[in-house]
Amino acid sequence: MSRSILLAGFASAVIAGPAFGQSMDHSMHNMPGMTMPAKPAAKAAPKPTRKATAKPASKRKAPARQAASRRAQAQAPATDPHAGHDMGGMQGMDMGGQQSAPAANPHAGHDMSAMSGMDAPAGTPQDPHAGHDMSAMPGMAMAGDQGGAKVGTDLPPGNKPAPAPSDDHLADRFWGAKAMATSREDDLRREHGGMTYYQVLFNLAEYQARKGSDGYRWDGEAWVGGDIDRLWLKSEGEGGFGKSLDSAEVQALYSHALDPYWNLQAGVRYDIKPNPSRTYATVGIEGLAPYWFEVEGALFLSNKGEVLGRAEGYYDQRITNYFTLQPRVEANFSAQDVPETGTGSGLTDLEAGLRLRYEGRREFAPYIGVSWERQFGDTARYSRARGGDTGGFSFVAGVRTWF
Amino acid sequence: MSRVLDRRQVLRGATMAGGGLALSAYMPAWAQPVSAGIAKPLPTVSGEDITLKVAHQMMMIDGRESHAIGINGTVPAPLIRLREGQNVRIHVVNDLDEETSIHWHGLLVPFQMDGVPGISFPGIPARSTFTYEFPIIQSGTYWYHSHSGLQEQEGHYGPILIDPKNPDPVQFDREHVIVLSDHSFQHPHYLFDRLKKESGYFNRQRQTLAGLLAGKDQPLQERLMWGKMRMDPADVADVTGSTYSYLVNGHGPRDNWTALFKPGERVRLRFINASSMTTFNVRIPGLPMTVVAADGLNVRPVQIDEFQFGPAETYDAIVSPPDMRAYTLVGESVDRSGMARATLAPREGMAAEVPPLRKRPLATMKDMGMGGHDMGTMDHGAMQGMGNGATGAQAGSMAGMDHSAMNHGAGSMQGMDHSQMNRGAAGAAAGGMAGMTMPQGQSGTMTGMDHGSGTMPGMAGDQSMAGMDMGNMNMRDFSKAPEVKKGPGVQTISAMPVDRTGDPGQGLENVGHRVLTYRDLTALDRNPDTRAPEREIKLHLTGNMERYMWGFDGEKLSENPDPITLLHGERVRVTLINDTMMGHPIHIHGHFFELVTGKGAYAPRKHTVLVQPGGTVSWDVTGEEGDWAFHCHMLYHMHAGMMRVVQVRKAGEAAA
Repeated sequence: MSRSILLAGFASAVIAGPAFGQSMDHSMHNMPGMTMPAKPAAKAAPKPTRKATAKPASKRKAPARQAASRRAQAQAPATDPHAGHDMGGMQGMDMGGQQSAPAANPHAGHDMSAMSGMDAPAGTPQDPHAGHDMSAMPGMAMAGDQGGAKVGTDLPPGNKPAPAPSDDHLADRFWGAKAMATSREDDLRREHGGMTYYQVLFNLAEYQARKGSDGYRWDGEAWVGGDIDRLWLKSEGEGGFGKSLDSAEVQALYSHALDPYWNLQAGVRYDIKPNPSRTYATVGIEGLAPYWFEVEGALFLSNKGEVLGRAEGYYDQRITNYFTLQPRVEANFSAQDVPETGTGSGLTDLEAGLRLRYEGRREFAPYIGVSWERQFGDTARYSRARGGDTGGFSFVAGVRTWF
Repeated sequence: MSRVLDRRQVLRGATMAGGGLALSAYMPAWAQPVSAGIAKPLPTVSGEDITLKVAHQMMMIDGRESHAIGINGTVPAPLIRLREGQNVRIHVVNDLDEETSIHWHGLLVPFQMDGVPGISFPGIPARSTFTYEFPIIQSGTYWYHSHSGLQEQEGHYGPILIDPKNPDPVQFDREHVIVLSDHSFQHPHYLFDRLKKESGYFNRQRQTLAGLLAGKDQPLQERLMWGKMRMDPADVADVTGSTYSYLVNGHGPRDNWTALFKPGERVRLRFINASSMTTFNVRIPGLPMTVVAADGLNVRPVQIDEFQFGPAETYDAIVSPPDMRAYTLVGESVDRSGMARATLAPREGMAAEVPPLRKRPLATMKDMGMGGHDMGTMDHGAMQGMGNGATGAQAGSMAGMDHSAMNHGAGSMQGMDHSQMNRGAAGAAAGGMAGMTMPQGQSGTMTGMDHGSGTMPGMAGDQSMAGMDMGNMNMRDFSKAPEVKKGPGVQTISAMPVDRTGDPGQGLENVGHRVLTYRDLTALDRNPDTRAPEREIKLHLTGNMERYMWGFDGEKLSENPDPITLLHGERVRVTLINDTMMGHPIHIHGHFFELVTGKGAYAPRKHTVLVQPGGTVSWDVTGEEGDWAFHCHMLYHMHAGMMRVVQVRKAGEAAA
């Protein structure tokens, strides 16, 4: 029943005299309540075991012993049942005092009573780093490291150059080059990062209740592609019930990932409304800003030479893991007056909204909120001249949805 | 002590385990019948000629039916029991309408039998049969799974157990195979698709305003700092208990799979993490475990109370339950969003208390690769740079200091009760950054520390510790990682990664009992190759959580990066640097590697190693001819591109 213990003891006994005491001690730590050598003991590992228990460490040859004790140190952290324990509770302890205490023995502080009669402390070299892996400290001269050969994983790596990659594929020899080529493409590349994805997302799709006539509004996007290059479609617009659309636009953009967070987007925008409609060349940037702000900015150059701009941003504030509050701002700018479309120069209009949504399912999150819209400057004057309104508060209810 | 099933306890465990979706089945959670427990053993196949039929099937989890891919009609697939020294021929019949494959995880087989489509063979087409044939040259606990698409997530996995040719150095009276896995009632492509569209989709434990007002989690200042970096410290697991049921041998927490024992027996538990995306914290409250094997190979026995293991790792542990009572086996998801649960009991129908889920951990600065800065959970690795023990004097102010690093000056600590200290510490350092508000640096508490300035590679020097505003730090300093290709796929570069093999794992720093670390492992047998590595290969584990991109050195496999090249028989050191805030279980096919943890010629040998967030792991490996897969065993990370080919050629055949 305790053969494994014996083996553990045996393993260390073979390597080392001084190590023996430590290893045994730790084996015991590991097996509280075990009675030591039971019946299968002698049978399991008879000779070495007897030797190890009978012969004191000092009978061993010196070099072997030296190397062995180094091994024992190396193993110390592994067998230390307290390794890796947090000492946070020791705040305020006088560590200085410990400094003056004999710091050599990595097992100081552990109950050594089980080892009475052993001369383990004497056999342990005065290495302040006993039990610590110094392999991560290349170039650092360690007092305790001198003399004695390191083995195995304790050895530092050389600097031989790596072999150049070969173009052949060994599996071709067994299964045929053609089958493997197909498999490399279909099973390997495509299935490990080479997939195509898509998403359709409506951040806003809502009913707007306001003074006068109620209306609706949408703001959505769809994309398809890989990780870096994607085709985007964007659309936004609004209108009043019982009236025609106030505004509606679609954009088709090529999107390229610039860095972990930002995409450069360029393409065309077409305004279905207002009339007369315009087509724009557009370039913009879209991404995630520090502090988790989703932002978007774009410039538009119309087929008539007019320049417009837009900035948009929102932030998802989780109230709980199911309720999210989204403050959102969108502002439009114009470089010039465009009387045809009722657009004045400067800041043309601003929308600020606050929407609270419930994400029972992330893909279908109903929300309620308020939205404040306002036209400015000449844009507002154009609207007033036409008898249109220039903004105001709305209560909104809608669904943020994606698939 | 033994007690009959406590219905409320079980339900509480199950409720938390199942999460919202899993419970929306046919009736509310509280109304579902509690299973008395299933003690049935896994079906077994053995011999020299084995047939495995891969097919779609249904499986039952906690009384709910789910689609699955099984083998010979079961999920998990049958236990394959073999003997070292035999040959085996395995006919795999693919009854699916899609291609499949089987990879023998951890088995040393000729590369063309390794079962990775596109690397070792062309896959097994739909409705066809493929015959694997190889000799069994090792013993221990292993497993097998599909390497095609995302089939593994659908149930295409099973255990392999190889009995040793010579007498087993581990003695036991009884053994159980414990296959832990994660199962979703939704299709894996759907899960992956969600992650691509909204990477935080499955995380229902994020920090919230309500939490802030209630004084939970990070204080405002830290939240702002992390927000500025666009990093979410609550992002511990990509896919969580909000969609997963965590299974033991295919059974949900309420199924309560039960392993029987007789009091006083030595019971060998063969733990296999066969999950797709879940790192488990495994413990049996009230019953210490003695780990005797890691990844199938024997290690010197080490007694612990809990261990963390990533997907694809295995541990064998001996337990000796002394009493006629039941014990709960808990496999808690690393993000504590759910648990796998089973029972060890003297007879069927018994159950023990199911402990509630513990508080989910938050990532710390150390998890972001700023190991040198995170004094709250300072560890062995970081301490290596300390000036030869001369710095202990000021250590009193370093809350959360790792014990292992204190051996230097431990002389006056005799007789201290360590377990109590841990309890005391739990609160102090729970947040990882307790005692250190980063923007100010609280430099006062650290002024006395001598970081061995200049001698520690990668350490920016003492002055950087004081008054440093982490938020302004360059999160992508590519000068720290010249190997990495700069691109959108690299969100962060670890500025000061530290060796975290001495860490118990994310969230287990202060649990108040013994948790296994890689440094606790020592091989029982001397390593077969103890030569010095001829060179070092540095590989960065990189990713972008926002775009859900994962790769090595900033490249996805789909981008056709050069293979990692080795010569047959060549000894190299591989150093993995985790530049991400997530743990990655890294697996190399066809090889065992020796972890560099100061164990010399008795280094623990593994096939998969969990590289902790922002940490490093080094291992030595000897090249074995073939083309081999090398990848992160988080299934969706691999699917996103975190994979490479290791090309091992005989010296004469390698390209010049």
